[in-house]
Amino acid sequence: MVSTQRKAVALISGGLDSLLAAKAMMEQGVHVEGINFYTGFCVEGHTHAIRKKDKAKPKRNNALWVAEQLGIKLHIVDIIEEYKDVVINPSHGYGQHMNPCLDCKGFMVKKAHEWIEENGFDFIVTGEVIGQRPMSQRKDTMPVIARESGAGDLLVRPLCAQHLPATLPEQEGWIDREQMFDFSGRTRKPQMALAEKYGFEEYAQPAGGCCFLTDEKYSKKISDLWESRGVRDYEIDDIMLLKVGRHIRPKKHFKVIIGREEGENNFLSGYRKMFTSLKTTSHAGPLALLDSVNDEESDEDIELAAQIVARYSQGRTADKVEVEITNKQGVSRLIKVTPISPSQLDEDWHV
Amino acid sequence: MSHYTLDAKRLMCPMPVIRTQDKVAELQVGDTLEVTCTDPGALNDIPAWCRINGHELVSSSEEKGEVVITVKVGEA
Repeated sequence: MVSTQRKAVALISGGLDSLLAAKAMMEQGVHVEGINFYTGFCVEGHTHAIRKKDKAKPKRNNALWVAEQLGIKLHIVDIIEEYKDVVINPSHGYGQHMNPCLDCKGFMVKKAHEWIEENGFDFIVTGEVIGQRPMSQRKDTMPVIARESGAGDLLVRPLCAQHLPATLPEQEGWIDREQMFDFSGRTRKPQMALAEKYGFEEYAQPAGGCCFLTDEKYSKKISDLWESRGVRDYEIDDIMLLKVGRHIRPKKHFKVIIGREEGENNFLSGYRKMFTSLKTTSHAGPLALLDSVNDEESDEDIELAAQIVARYSQGRTADKVEVEITNKQGVSRLIKVTPISPSQLDEDWHV
Repeated sequence: MSHYTLDAKRLMCPMPVIRTQDKVAELQVGDTLEVTCTDPGALNDIPAWCRINGHELVSSSEEKGEVVITVKVGEA
């Protein structure tokens, strides 16, 4: 009797663990394809392209790179809209910062479960390791993910399978438990040894650091955004802009986003139709956006914003700096302001 | 076989890849898709995506901050 080749989808982050987990299943003769979810908060990808100093570095999407190393297909899924609820209302709360790791993993496995049902695949593979950060990988949280995602015993974690109850693929004999692993804890040695065994000499720095929501400064900017607007919500442009520039909020109802270098200025200029923008004309200086809760800013607000932008221009010590103010319709006017003094530029204004 | 275009300007990777992937899913084998992006990361990511998913990279170029990549739909 010819046995049917079983098909699994592996969650591929671009890190080492998911690479190894997928490979472990391929070694057992399973047909594996990768799935990668784009939340908008992924460090992977776009941010490399913003800052000029980063442009020289190779720009590589590690999830695509991992799939290529494995010789498998990769399906990248945009979950930006649906993911908002995970970030805004995590039922299991946040980690150290704004990272809803447990809800996040549960949501991704749930999406993978939907995907295997739609595409006729048999089970789901993740690179989770028991006892490793983040909190979604604790012994008590791993069953929560399996249960709440709806994946149940179709969720296989090859790297630590021997510590967990047998899954359906094991019970059915599609895969062999003995050929899976018993990794646990934060040590990376077993993964490195397995990588060597499989012949992977190069891989992205593993574990964590793949999500902006684990970043303290970024998390503070989101909190500030929600507090100033009085509503916990965001659009993709909001979360992109939080990755760029200095954010200075002199008043509750507006902040100024100031480019720190050419790459950021170019990036911000792409938003000139969505925000009032400011640029010094008498002296070299950054491009800045005025992000206001109100549709139209008062002249007083614009003048204060211009004083702040002037402070970050080459005219920071000049008596007067000329600033071009351009509204969303592209209509410009010039004003002359005195750069705000460092003592006036309250530290509390820096978001 | 038809030729299609996709505007992925201002999108940051991996969004140009996702838009390309979703558009290609609607096309027939042999069709070509010309994608225009502003994120230079697409110069690496879209060809990588083509290689792993069995599509052909016909051409790619970058000029004045715009990246233009043409993909031929394979037997994926």
